[in-house]
Amino acid sequence: MSTLADIVVIAAAEAFRGDGEIFASGMGTIPMLGARTARSTFEPDLMVSDGEAFYVGNELPIGGTNKVVEGWIPFRSVFDTLWGGRRHVMMGASQIDRFGNTNIANIGSWDRPKAQLLGVRGGPGNTINHSTSFFIPKHTANVFVAKVDMVSGLGYDRAAELSEWVQRNHRLPRVVTNLAVLDFNSADHSMRLVSVHPGVSVADVQAATSFELVIDGQVGETREPTDLEQAAIDRLDPRGLRHREVS
Amino acid sequence: MSRDKRTTEDDAIASLSDGMTIGIGGWGSRRKPMSLVRALLRSPLKDLTIVSYGGPDVGLLAAAGKIRRIIYGFVSLDSIALEPHWRAARQAGTIAEPVEYDEGMLQWALYAGSLRLPFLPTRAGLGSGVVDVNPSLRTVRSPYADGEELLAVPAIRLDAAFVHLNRSDMSGNAQFLGPDIYFDDLFLSACDPGHRYLSCERVVPTESLLDEGTFHTLRINRSMVDGVIEAPNGAHFTTCEPDYGRDEAFQKAYATAAANPDDWRAFSERFLQGSEAQYQAAVAEWKAQS
Repeated sequence: MSTLADIVVIAAAEAFRGDGEIFASGMGTIPMLGARTARSTFEPDLMVSDGEAFYVGNELPIGGTNKVVEGWIPFRSVFDTLWGGRRHVMMGASQIDRFGNTNIANIGSWDRPKAQLLGVRGGPGNTINHSTSFFIPKHTANVFVAKVDMVSGLGYDRAAELSEWVQRNHRLPRVVTNLAVLDFNSADHSMRLVSVHPGVSVADVQAATSFELVIDGQVGETREPTDLEQAAIDRLDPRGLRHREVS
Repeated sequence: MSRDKRTTEDDAIASLSDGMTIGIGGWGSRRKPMSLVRALLRSPLKDLTIVSYGGPDVGLLAAAGKIRRIIYGFVSLDSIALEPHWRAARQAGTIAEPVEYDEGMLQWALYAGSLRLPFLPTRAGLGSGVVDVNPSLRTVRSPYADGEELLAVPAIRLDAAFVHLNRSDMSGNAQFLGPDIYFDDLFLSACDPGHRYLSCERVVPTESLLDEGTFHTLRINRSMVDGVIEAPNGAHFTTCEPDYGRDEAFQKAYATAAANPDDWRAFSERFLQGSEAQYQAAVAEWKAQS
């Protein structure tokens, strides 16, 4: 029997399906676990890092230190890799709107924030250069908002105003939450409900979202991990840290 | 024989003036030149422009009211995501001129400065909130067939730079032994000669520089450095791998104290009023008690 966290991990892993030999980068336990699970199962060519400065060649559990170093990736090389497009990151967002504009920077006005958060960090460079997916552990109407307070990551409407190059390379493959999987594969790239997790209804997801979601046809249920995938998740997170992010 | 550039934190800080633009190396709470930052805190210098991938350096200087303008990629303590002093300063609006960049944009600004170019082009930042809140940023059009419009990140030139390395000889041939040099070499090369200060865990003879690491670790040479300061544990409480890791317990005590004005006054009195030697002694005493 898979838990919600296991289902969310495999939904995060699915974001990296088909990526091949690029840097699969995850910010936080579940995104990192998603990337490593994908690599251990259906996407073996992915490159994963220890979150510090090294590519790891072996199957490294979250928090593990027994690593086989297969490459060096100091911050300067991270920027080179991401501007070169050889990366797919899954990161968090404190706010996200219907076109995938995201905010990790601050709540309230930028001039005098009500809450100073992380700042834009690498969000602008990530979203304009390569695939960026999102993991949101608590899907609420305060996160899925009509308008974000500060754009740290570009959505499809903003990308559409930029060069053809940007439109070709800007890609937000998926958004994984504690309730559902979403993407932007709709006619106008507004957010679409792909699947709901077991026990969650379409109405539950819509009620936790401040804008209208695109729903085309039957919304399926997010799949459970296969036995092989479940075994990989258990090896990669033996202490069950994933359950602290969603439960 | 190369020149002996050894000096002290206090002499380095005494050579600076109000209103200068100071670049601080390291990244977040990693290998920060904290002994120089602590000396800066003790000084009367004010109205500074700070350039940093910020950590407790920015938090401390913000809390002390030293910063008029700051160009930053982020401010974080890494294992504690949000820097409490930075948060408080931004929310109170006490930083007159914050200039928020994407992390890669800041590298580009320093690189342009170090190459003496007026700007470098990039896509990072285009269409994002960074251009919304920095209206002075300009774009440039590719002169080639693609004609693409790109962001022109303006060069940063520094009046002073502080970095902390693992080893150096007395003339500033320096070595990083940890996993990442971060952008320390760019901070030094984007700075005009005169106030480029490098602190290090240990000053060693030039002929010993390859004892602990390969030639790949010698990314900083003496033409990039004006003053060398031997500062054992000088990056405390940030990381200085492999000499020492982050002092997580002390960082936690710092962050907890920073969240409350009375606690901060006590912390500041206990650790930040005296010399660097007194700081290190107070930390040792704190560790013995806890």
